[in-house]
Amino acid sequence: MSVDATTVRRIAHLARIAVSEDEVAPLQGELNAILAFVEQLGAVDVTGVEPMTSVTPMAMKKRTDTVTDGGHAADIVFNAPETEDNYFLVPKVVE
Amino acid sequence: MTTLNELTLADARDGLKAKDFSATDLARAHLAAMEKARGLNAYILETPERALAMAEVADTKIAAGEARPLEGIPLGIKDLFCTHGVTTTAGSKILEGFQPHYESAVTHNLWRDGAVMLGKLNLDEFAMGSSNETSAYGDAVSPWRRNGSDTKLVPGGSSGGSAAAVAAHLCLGATATDTGGSIRQPAAFTGTVGIKPTYGRCSRWGTVAYASSLDQAGPIARTVRDCAILLGSMAGQDARDTTCADLPVPDFEAAVARGVKGLTIGIPKEYRVEGMSAEIQALWDKGAAMLKDAGATVREISLPHTQYALPAYYIVAPAEASSNLARYDGVRYGLRVPGKDIAGMYENTRAAGFGREVKRRIMIGTYVLSAGYYDAYYVRAQKIRTLIKRDFEEAYASGIDAILTPATPSAAFGLGEKGSGDPVEMYLQDVFTITVNMAGLPGLSVPAGLDAQGLPLGLQLIGRPFDEETLFAAAQVIETAAGRTKLPAAWWA
Repeated sequence: MSVDATTVRRIAHLARIAVSEDEVAPLQGELNAILAFVEQLGAVDVTGVEPMTSVTPMAMKKRTDTVTDGGHAADIVFNAPETEDNYFLVPKVVE
Repeated sequence: MTTLNELTLADARDGLKAKDFSATDLARAHLAAMEKARGLNAYILETPERALAMAEVADTKIAAGEARPLEGIPLGIKDLFCTHGVTTTAGSKILEGFQPHYESAVTHNLWRDGAVMLGKLNLDEFAMGSSNETSAYGDAVSPWRRNGSDTKLVPGGSSGGSAAAVAAHLCLGATATDTGGSIRQPAAFTGTVGIKPTYGRCSRWGTVAYASSLDQAGPIARTVRDCAILLGSMAGQDARDTTCADLPVPDFEAAVARGVKGLTIGIPKEYRVEGMSAEIQALWDKGAAMLKDAGATVREISLPHTQYALPAYYIVAPAEASSNLARYDGVRYGLRVPGKDIAGMYENTRAAGFGREVKRRIMIGTYVLSAGYYDAYYVRAQKIRTLIKRDFEEAYASGIDAILTPATPSAAFGLGEKGSGDPVEMYLQDVFTITVNMAGLPGLSVPAGLDAQGLPLGLQLIGRPFDEETLFAAAQVIETAAGRTKLPAAWWA
């Protein structure tokens, strides 16, 4: 499978990465090189094979549903580009 | 005379204990060497004040007879590990100036054991690369050069700064991470020892994520013993990482002297890839002979799905990366570039903040996870991963204790020599290491000789899950037989 220029723009939008017009062609070439490389996986017989879901056999660790940490609002927003009263600020989304 | 920064970690530990020198002397020797080696660009950030403050505490502890396992040992930290109050960039512009208000589990364990932080080490952006050339903070340069040449060589990647700093004596050891070969390939390129432990041996908590089902932290150091000492401190249980194994940490250092008598070492025939150089083949044969001479049995084995590991990786890893890196949105940390609305802000921020290789991988990941393609790409790749793992399980079930392979297809290459037109050319660097991540196994790279141009070459040992001890034992046999690699003289100073 290979991607055309329209698909490159669509993927970039899905990935939330702005792509300028002159970036589309080189990206298309690079993505197609990778897709051509992974094409060989089609040759493997995977009938009846379970997809890997856990790297090492282990039961999912669980803990009781209680509060174990918190009260660090100032630490959490410390690195945010824009904040107010320990809230993250984003551009207006609702008119 | 050996200067303090040229000691092995084990010898420095003994010297501190014997009070031959102080932790402050040791830290100062490193800081001076780092200052002279800035041309190698191994460190993104030096932290001399913190190093000296930590060394002072170490000296107090040593004087009081309360020395901890790594008391006063100066280390470099790959800039993928979050360090409290110390800028952590992941090699990316999108995290420029990011100051974590927490400490990664691995670095926390090192400081708990008394280690001293010298600074943050260069890496490929978000650990995506095999040459350290995708770093937003400039290329790291290898301390190695070809005989009679002054061409600058790559230290490998993604842990290029870690490998360069260890080889150039700018720290006694370094933390690193390995998603597809990022510890073992740079170790092989720089004549150092690196181990990627079993998935789950070290906590991933507080380490910037690339591909969560493949990422694993480990050390790079100058000897097998030094690596074993460091892993002993880095590893351990952690409730905050649900994939971190609830297993006790063995005495890795004690395993170094075990030898390989009675062990069976597998030589996988599928690693004899087309076009493999005669030098690599000879090195591999030599390594097998060393293990045989030390009492191991060497047997050819088959890992039939080997060739599919690399392409399957380039579906699984980008898929996980596209999800993990969705968090860099200009809201919670790092760079923000305004846009016409919130989506425009996201898009502009990520366009300006991410480098070329990172964008490429996010886009491939987005594509293979998108509607209509998920089964054809991602699910198929995960099924192939099961087959790759099964190959190893069958080899181990047939009585194999560890597997010996080359670490890399060649010695280090020059800056700018690979991957500029076709990204796959660079990806092929990891052809021998990537299977190990796909199967979650431990893998170690140990120097085994030099090529015709005088550059180091490494061999890889692959073990059973959670059996790093056998790898240390076998690697020590190779290190002893091959002789420790003589690291290059400081042409950069």
